[in-house]
Amino acid sequence: MTVIPNFDDDATDRKFVIICSKGNLDMAYPALVLANAALGEGIETHLFFTFWGFDMIIDSRMDDLQFSPAGNTSMHFPVKDKTIRVPQAMMPLPGMTGMATKMLKEQLDAMDIPPVRDFLDQIVASGGHLWGCQMSADMNKVDMDDLYEGVADIINASDFMEKTDGAQLLFI
Amino acid sequence: MAKATIAGKEVTVNEEGFLTEYDEWDEEVGTELAKNIDVEMTDEHWALIKWLREDYKETGETATTRRVNTTGGVPTKQQFTLFPKKPAKKMSYVAGLPKPKGCV
Repeated sequence: MTVIPNFDDDATDRKFVIICSKGNLDMAYPALVLANAALGEGIETHLFFTFWGFDMIIDSRMDDLQFSPAGNTSMHFPVKDKTIRVPQAMMPLPGMTGMATKMLKEQLDAMDIPPVRDFLDQIVASGGHLWGCQMSADMNKVDMDDLYEGVADIINASDFMEKTDGAQLLFI
Repeated sequence: MAKATIAGKEVTVNEEGFLTEYDEWDEEVGTELAKNIDVEMTDEHWALIKWLREDYKETGETATTRRVNTTGGVPTKQQFTLFPKKPAKKMSYVAGLPKPKGCV
């Protein structure tokens, strides 16, 4: 008998929601990678951007997210079998964030992992839904015109509760 | 690894039903694999599948949907249209290749 993989097209009623609350470059990626993976599995996927995570969808900021090594004790050079750290006291020095951001972007690029904007393009093309948080929009004094074009709408907390009915939720 | 008969050919498959031997695949096998998962092959499907196999031969890895987009030139949306819901897995199944390993 021939075994046919069970792609379970119709059985997929999973709904996956990620709340993106961080605007650091390194904290943007877990949500992007998981949303992309969920969509590739045929799972209905929503991303809700709030607080610092709002920077991920503000058109003028999303290409310039930063990664700071300050306060991050896991920050070491990407060398296998060795732990080479720069002392934490050095981390807040001018230029450190810029350097760390540049290094992280180069690493991502080398692995063919797209920048935030391209990644969101891919997520939207795969059928993902992007939502902005009303309160964050008010705090940042921005409206839909200032947001990345793939954002479906700015919604408030009650709208969010309605949309996430029955969903699996991840807060990042 | 188990044996299965696809399009009158004996092929080696894994426990999920994916072909495990690159050279055991041909278009007739691909057609039947597609039929198994309710995909009707068009020229566009074939172009993608053939590119996927060529790319695998060069890189030794199955391309992810991202790579199919950036290197293979088939936009993400189109991939979802051709192989609905789970394009990466469906494409690799029809192409007789392993599922992609990469996360993105």
